[in-house]
Amino acid sequence: MEKRHIPLMMYIVPGKCDFCGCCVGVCPEDALELLEARISIIEERCTNCRKCEWACPWNAIEFHRGGVEYLPRVQPQFINESR
Amino acid sequence: MMWNNTYDIIVVGAGPAGSTAARYAAAEGASVLVLEKDRDVGYPVRCGEAVSHEGLIQFIDPDPRWIATTVTRFRLVAPNGCAVEPKLDGRGYILERRLFDYVLAQRAVQEGAHVVTKAYVYDLLRSSDGTVCGVKVVVKERTYEIRAKIVIAADGVESRVGRWAGISTNCSIKDMESCAQVTITGITVEPDRLDFYFGSTVAPDGYLWVFPKGNHTANVGIGISVEAAKRRSALQYLQQFLETHFPHASILTQIAGGVPCAKTNSVLVKNNVMLVGDAAHQVNPISGGGIISGMIGGMIAGQVAGRAIQQQNFALLDEYPALWHKRLGWRHELFYSIKEVISNFTDDTLNSIAESVLKLPEDKRTLGGIFRVALWNKPSLLLDLAKLFVS
Repeated sequence: MEKRHIPLMMYIVPGKCDFCGCCVGVCPEDALELLEARISIIEERCTNCRKCEWACPWNAIEFHRGGVEYLPRVQPQFINESR
Repeated sequence: MMWNNTYDIIVVGAGPAGSTAARYAAAEGASVLVLEKDRDVGYPVRCGEAVSHEGLIQFIDPDPRWIATTVTRFRLVAPNGCAVEPKLDGRGYILERRLFDYVLAQRAVQEGAHVVTKAYVYDLLRSSDGTVCGVKVVVKERTYEIRAKIVIAADGVESRVGRWAGISTNCSIKDMESCAQVTITGITVEPDRLDFYFGSTVAPDGYLWVFPKGNHTANVGIGISVEAAKRRSALQYLQQFLETHFPHASILTQIAGGVPCAKTNSVLVKNNVMLVGDAAHQVNPISGGGIISGMIGGMIAGQVAGRAIQQQNFALLDEYPALWHKRLGWRHELFYSIKEVISNFTDDTLNSIAESVLKLPEDKRTLGGIFRVALWNKPSLLLDLAKLFVS
């Protein structure tokens, strides 16, 4: 997998997400996946296009230009193994 | 272990489309396993819950246990508040989806399917020639590989099964409707009437709905295009509406969701994977309604898959897109084109259409009548429509 060269800016505000999947449905890069009550971000694929931010009915997604390393977040799980 | 290592067909997702696909595939004699990622079938509900009587009875007889209310009227409200109540032939229902989905899953099981909840499919199994031959699934923290000859992806708007099989399923931000809904109580609404509100300040590129659920309760929801939601979220529009129309209501539930108001996905079958329901964008592009459309898609896919298993001929799966298109897909394409025309209407156009319709005698206030008025108000609509038939 190609190493990402841009910092991840997407941030899901803990407690705001309702796990509805709208963001996953608009993601053109297949960079998001939804479990029962958890969204995983596949960092390598995210291009910071912000479509998920616009799609979110609950305003649960933010983009931080400086990156999100300093913010608490869920680690990705169950990444599609065969890619 | 409560399930086998091998099935003829695995259905991912136990919503109306998935359960219906499982029901009809099992009825053809196939062994069918349904995997649902959530703890419960039918919950959380992400839906306005409205269906037509005609649509419903194709699959199941109406039952008061899962019908919240029967509706016989509907009202369209223009941006200036001018309300039109066209005649409605027939009736519709507001469902209790959490119970309705349960019953559909039970029907699938009655036909011989097996359902497992809290089962998260995280990848597909592939044979050396690239065809899909099963799924990898996590059930209660343990991973399993379950083999199947056909996988039916009924995994909703967030579908990933299709993507893993090489089908692009993501929806453009122009067509995806970002939706928010509350179920509120302690209000006064007409118990048998659906209300739809339109206009750029209420619901840009979409509409707001008030669907009665009996006992002074209603589903109040909104869908706006993601393009419009760039500026302001669906939730903010909904809150604004609630403050003006139902300031003292108690909110019982709040949900959100995305509705793919697009044409049916251009690819529905690939590598022995079939898409149904929201995952296939089998949604009426104008209304956003997807319960019955998804069930019709599920039925066709289930029957085709069942026959393919009977005959051990997987080339048969390619019949599904054509059958879907003939049954409903062509209408969705037409509706999509009409939606593109309507979305160019300004608030002024909508207001003047509503005012003109009110000048019609009551028995002429049908959807056809509204359409004629719309043409009269905006003759360029005719040009737009002509374009759509010749293009």
